[in-house]
Amino acid sequence: MTAALLEVTDLKKHYPVRAGVLRRQVGTVHAVDGVSFALGIGETLGLVGESGCGKSTVARSVLRLVEPTSGQIRLDGEDITHLSKTALRPHRRSMQIVFQDPFASLNPRMTAGDIVGEPLAVHGLASGKELETRVARLFEQVGLRPDQMRNFPHQFSGGQRQRICIARALALEPRLIVCDEPVSALDVSIQAQVINLLIDLQRQHGFSYLFIAHDLAVVAHISHRVAVMYLGRIVEIADKDELFRNPRHPYTQALLASVPIANPLAKKLAPLVDGDVPSPVNPPSGCAFHTRCRFAMERCKTERPALVEANDGHRVACLLNEGTGRPNAIP
Amino acid sequence: MADKSDLVLDVKNLKTVFFTNSGLFKAVDDLSFSVKRGETLAIVGESGCGKSVTALSLMRLVPDPPGRIVGGSVSLEGTDLLALDEAQMRAVRGNRISMIFQEPMTSLNPVMRIGDQIVEAVRLHRNIPAKEARDIAVEMLRLVRIPEPARRAREYPHQLSGGMRQRAMIAMALACRPALLIADEPTTALDVTIQAQILALILDLQKELGTGLVLITHDLGVVAQTAQRVIVMYAGRKVEEASVEALFASPKHPYTRGLMASIPAVPASGVPAQARLNEIPGTVPSLVRLPKGCAFAPRCKLAIKRCEAEYPPLADWGGGHLAACWRAEEVAEVA
Repeated sequence: MTAALLEVTDLKKHYPVRAGVLRRQVGTVHAVDGVSFALGIGETLGLVGESGCGKSTVARSVLRLVEPTSGQIRLDGEDITHLSKTALRPHRRSMQIVFQDPFASLNPRMTAGDIVGEPLAVHGLASGKELETRVARLFEQVGLRPDQMRNFPHQFSGGQRQRICIARALALEPRLIVCDEPVSALDVSIQAQVINLLIDLQRQHGFSYLFIAHDLAVVAHISHRVAVMYLGRIVEIADKDELFRNPRHPYTQALLASVPIANPLAKKLAPLVDGDVPSPVNPPSGCAFHTRCRFAMERCKTERPALVEANDGHRVACLLNEGTGRPNAIP
Repeated sequence: MADKSDLVLDVKNLKTVFFTNSGLFKAVDDLSFSVKRGETLAIVGESGCGKSVTALSLMRLVPDPPGRIVGGSVSLEGTDLLALDEAQMRAVRGNRISMIFQEPMTSLNPVMRIGDQIVEAVRLHRNIPAKEARDIAVEMLRLVRIPEPARRAREYPHQLSGGMRQRAMIAMALACRPALLIADEPTTALDVTIQAQILALILDLQKELGTGLVLITHDLGVVAQTAQRVIVMYAGRKVEEASVEALFASPKHPYTRGLMASIPAVPASGVPAQARLNEIPGTVPSLVRLPKGCAFAPRCKLAIKRCEAEYPPLADWGGGHLAACWRAEEVAEVA
């Protein structure tokens, strides 16, 4: 792998659960419970998992939008986990985020041009005529017309709004863009436009994406490497092709088998897991997936598997077969 | 053509419009289709294509004002639903035709126990003692594979997970053994492993009970895995209809073809990293200012002068494969 831009080590984020008149703490939500990964320069790491698995909390912790409970976040080798707001500010320029809902993440009273130009103005990088030229160029880069700068968010469609969000993220020439479900709210035909735009921009600028989504097909398409999360932990991480061809964790296998394939001749849907995701307030002991896993052994209930290398760069947290999971197991 | 008595639902030239400040728009325009007993018909399309308004029209639940069904007929087991008065319609709704929605939390009553909600639905249509209705409720919850149904029947919606709530909705919708079930994006709000469970459940129950199913979705994967026949809608109109095999094997309408090309596939074998997807340029048109000709023409690579001037009729390509496109013949060659 190329040099790491972002290194996350044993990240944890716990939220207290309070109840009663005195708001006493009665439990802890283990939103993120020991997540480690590295992201190379110009690389896209996809983070997939179902709702409540902690993928968005990881994204927000990386940007220090939520304060991690413990663990370490290094950007370009520098530890930014405990930097003060002021000390963090220069680093903010190199990390940007694009959110899921382009309706909620744009100020309805600002023009599109002002929204995209705001980061440049805030960081004192451009003003006046120069600001306008740079914003116009950003508009062109994301496939909008510069004459649309004077329009307000409500005058744009969902896909165009997401383009505005992307232009705003690009303004400061970041090195890392965190995309939190950037295409989930869009229609299929528009989704393809935005995915293509993200891929093109990365080729031009060479930045890295931490790409969070619940849609395996979207993640498979855009990522170089993919990490699968379950109840606050990474259960499997590998190169994209390797992960989809040889999924080792029973949960990854179940996820893949659950995706309906757009081909009526392909094998029919076979749900490989029963039941729901357990609550992260009291996650199951041992391997958190043991309550739904068809291959769970006695050991899985008590012993928590570590994320270990099964083969070249393919790491899995499963006790089966001496910690290498079940190879090639999609029936 | 199928035997007439085999048809559960026969919709002819349905037209539903909305009167808004910015003008009148035709949410559903001249839509015809039918569903046989035990058959699954999928209606697929993007937001604003009219698929949900179609569902509401069948249930006669279009909010009036601003909406109104202004034409056509909806015949359920031989009765035209559009000719019934509201009291007669109430006797049919939830009884012979019922519906499940995308978001189970907003369609269940939060202050009523799950079991009581099913009891209410059953006793509305069948004159039976409460005790017997309660047994039916528990039996329905067992049928949708909710563990410990007797205990769950006494719980409130917030005590159930999203997947369980959708199961409870299905139990309620099927409690009176309807002839037709309409499912409007039933799994869109659910995680993918739960979606697989719910889809498998709906199909199992449909087979068991012989219910006709209209499945409304935006997900072509769900269509391919569940439906026998498919209708593709665009800007309020049916642009293509075919058996699921024919539609995926040789889509005739450029919009259908574009949709299929724009979905990323989960690679079973190696797709080159970060290949570009085929995209359909532009956006769905506003229903208020629809072009005179084909609504898809402004986004279509194949559009010619004629497409802008005249709306193409639905032409039959054999085996009930219909497509509304002037250039359907050339679609396969160009793409």
